[in-house]
Amino acid sequence: MSSKVALTGNEALAQAMRQINPDVVAAYPITPQTAMVQTFSQFVADGEVDTEYVTVESEHSAMSATVGASAAGSRAMTATAANGLALMWEILYIASGTRLPIVMPVVNRALSGPINIHCDHSDAMGARDSGWIQLYAENAQEAYDNAIQAIRISEHKDVLLPTMVNLDGFITSHAVESLEILADEDVKEFVGEYQPENYLLNADNPIAIGPLDLQDFYFEHKMQQAVAMGDAKQVILDIAKEYKELTAREYGFFESYKLDDAEVAIVALNSTAGTAKAAVNNLREAGVKAGLLKIRVYRPFPAEEIADALKDIKAVAVLDRAESFSTNGGPVFADIRSVLYDIKANVEVVDYIYGLGGRDIKVEEIESIFNDLQEIIKTGQVENRITHFGVRQ
Amino acid sequence: MVKPGDGYKDIPIGGLILDAGNAKEYKTGGWRTKKPILDKEKCINCHLCWAFCPDISILSEDGVVSDQIDYDHCKGCGICANECPVNAIEMVKE
Repeated sequence: MSSKVALTGNEALAQAMRQINPDVVAAYPITPQTAMVQTFSQFVADGEVDTEYVTVESEHSAMSATVGASAAGSRAMTATAANGLALMWEILYIASGTRLPIVMPVVNRALSGPINIHCDHSDAMGARDSGWIQLYAENAQEAYDNAIQAIRISEHKDVLLPTMVNLDGFITSHAVESLEILADEDVKEFVGEYQPENYLLNADNPIAIGPLDLQDFYFEHKMQQAVAMGDAKQVILDIAKEYKELTAREYGFFESYKLDDAEVAIVALNSTAGTAKAAVNNLREAGVKAGLLKIRVYRPFPAEEIADALKDIKAVAVLDRAESFSTNGGPVFADIRSVLYDIKANVEVVDYIYGLGGRDIKVEEIESIFNDLQEIIKTGQVENRITHFGVRQ
Repeated sequence: MVKPGDGYKDIPIGGLILDAGNAKEYKTGGWRTKKPILDKEKCINCHLCWAFCPDISILSEDGVVSDQIDYDHCKGCGICANECPVNAIEMVKE
């Protein structure tokens, strides 16, 4: 039996971690993730989990200890945000390159400097090419559901890649929402026992992990990762299907919201998708065929599926909550525009870099973006390919 | 056992080495520019070369240092010659 509870996003993720009951958690607190590992450490202190909790001196150490624990053969988790993720950078690649199925909630926050503790996606977007699967969540419920599914996705024998479970800093991590928490025994059964094939503490089958890998084989190992990332797509769908049987909640690569007959559409990640839905509803009432594509799985990037979903839209605005400083738009924009090029779709795509450092985006502001899209359709002209939305002149 | 030239579908993922003790299969003798020659006439059987060799290439049988050096693995570092108290080991250009 699941139960309806009111929790912050951080508390919801701490509950997910309690129910997953990992063998090892090595974590370092950082705003806005702190409450997650703090709450979880209380579960450890109260004996509610069997987890060995490693208090470390930095995020570099947190990820290193998690890698060590995972390589040893245990189910290992950590969590972080922003500069903490940045400090993990080196070890992120070691985790994915060593094919360790670590699951890590990332509470998305702006990277310093100037120092800022509020929501944007510059942390996770910077790590988008680190070989980690990346899941994004509109709200606490989705973040909770993603965390539980991520264990199965990462540990699947066709995948064996780590997963970042992203949620928006403060907006999702600190707001109290009503959500459904599964029964402990249901999560236990769903995630199952972690049974690694090769691990360091198996005395019957001694192996070496992390040896030097030079010109002769490194490339082949990167190819294996690329193949696993591709194979993860089917695994993600299969596990979502299984999860739906348990919860009746449906997950895929993305959510199409009123997209089928839409002429103008927005692509967004995380909590802004909720705001965008309200804008879509208002515009639909006013007779505008507006829609939303909310990306859940950003890595692997569901290119063909997104292309198919957007192919009949006339104008698309991508909302990027990160500035890549490429001078050619944000990271999501680059990916979306690329897939539409492949199918030679007759659709204009524009980029709105927004909300950096936690600046709010409001329903009426998203409506104004839809108005811009309608103007593009009407005139056939794109005045601004890339807009830094709401920034003061 | 992974062999040179194996494709990505045939090798363990993540660079794992699944065969224990396989370093013996990896022949490093080709790295050598000079090779140690042990003069048994001078050797006092102190075993310092045997103890210092980082590649276990100085062999000892029944408590006696052998002049049959493992050239499949000796990298020619010269530590043995440097440590020998009676200069019984000479490094000779390959």
